[in-house]
Amino acid sequence: MKITLNGEPHTVEENTSIAGLLGELNIPLAKVAVERNLAIVPRSTFDTMILTPDDRIEIVRFIGGG
Amino acid sequence: MQDKPLVIAGREFSSRLIIGTGKYKDYAQNAAALAASGAQIVTVAMRRVNVMNPDEPMLVDFINPKETVYLPNTAGCFTGEDAVRTLRLAREAGGWSLVKLEVLSDPKHLYPDMEETMRAAKMLIDDGFEVMVYCSDDPVFARKLEDLGCAAIMPLGAPIGSGLGLQNKVNIRLIVEQSSVPVIVDAGVGTASDATEAMELGCDGVLMNTAIAEANDPVRMARAMKHAVIAGREAYLAGRMAKKRYADPSSPLAGLI
Repeated sequence: MKITLNGEPHTVEENTSIAGLLGELNIPLAKVAVERNLAIVPRSTFDTMILTPDDRIEIVRFIGGG
Repeated sequence: MQDKPLVIAGREFSSRLIIGTGKYKDYAQNAAALAASGAQIVTVAMRRVNVMNPDEPMLVDFINPKETVYLPNTAGCFTGEDAVRTLRLAREAGGWSLVKLEVLSDPKHLYPDMEETMRAAKMLIDDGFEVMVYCSDDPVFARKLEDLGCAAIMPLGAPIGSGLGLQNKVNIRLIVEQSSVPVIVDAGVGTASDATEAMELGCDGVLMNTAIAEANDPVRMARAMKHAVIAGREAYLAGRMAKKRYADPSSPLAGLI
């Protein structure tokens, strides 16, 4: 199914969790924050929150800034 | 003689220097500059992970958020809604509620949009954030931001990244005199004497990024800034001599041979 990941189209299997998506992308869970359809996804729900079609997912991390 | 610590939103800091983490050659140089500066707080930005390259270096691997306070900023946000969205993500990523609000306007001067800054500050405070706010050097707005409940007032010394030094010392001093929360000059510092000058005016701290990151030797400049902030603070606490119009000999004239 299709989702939007960081502004780009992305395809994932049905029943993929947030943790599953991060694992697939090799992104370390502890170092990022995730937003789903403009709402924060609490880290404690990464395993249980299942993606649905057309979800807009943002995965962000800290970078250098002033 | 011990100085009081800098207290921001109930947290105590012995260093009065806050440094940015942008524009360095790499994160390793950034970490070395941080160590040389003695700063206990760094500003950081939130951006999308590059999903095509998840192995790219991570700031948290070079500057440990358990040892150094991360102060997430809202750089790139032009509305209160953008700022709240960005900082909610930062809070989830790091668990921090102490944040730097900056709502900018025109890229040419990067002056804060004060109307939107006020609105965003209120939204963030209502959402439980402790807001250190980048603002114009206008004492009227500074007062309004303090009345809203901001944790620190951070007027610009000069445009962000310009290195021009304090352009309006009168306003900075007026803001210092009227504020009961920390006043931290944010932006405009170019070299050590600029930081000292801000501290001599009675500011509680100085925040800088480009002055260190774009120095020829950022680590050495970081160390210079550490001393500059301490020197300015000590001079402020010591209380400077009165200025006089004419010379006044330091050696007594009595008893001359």
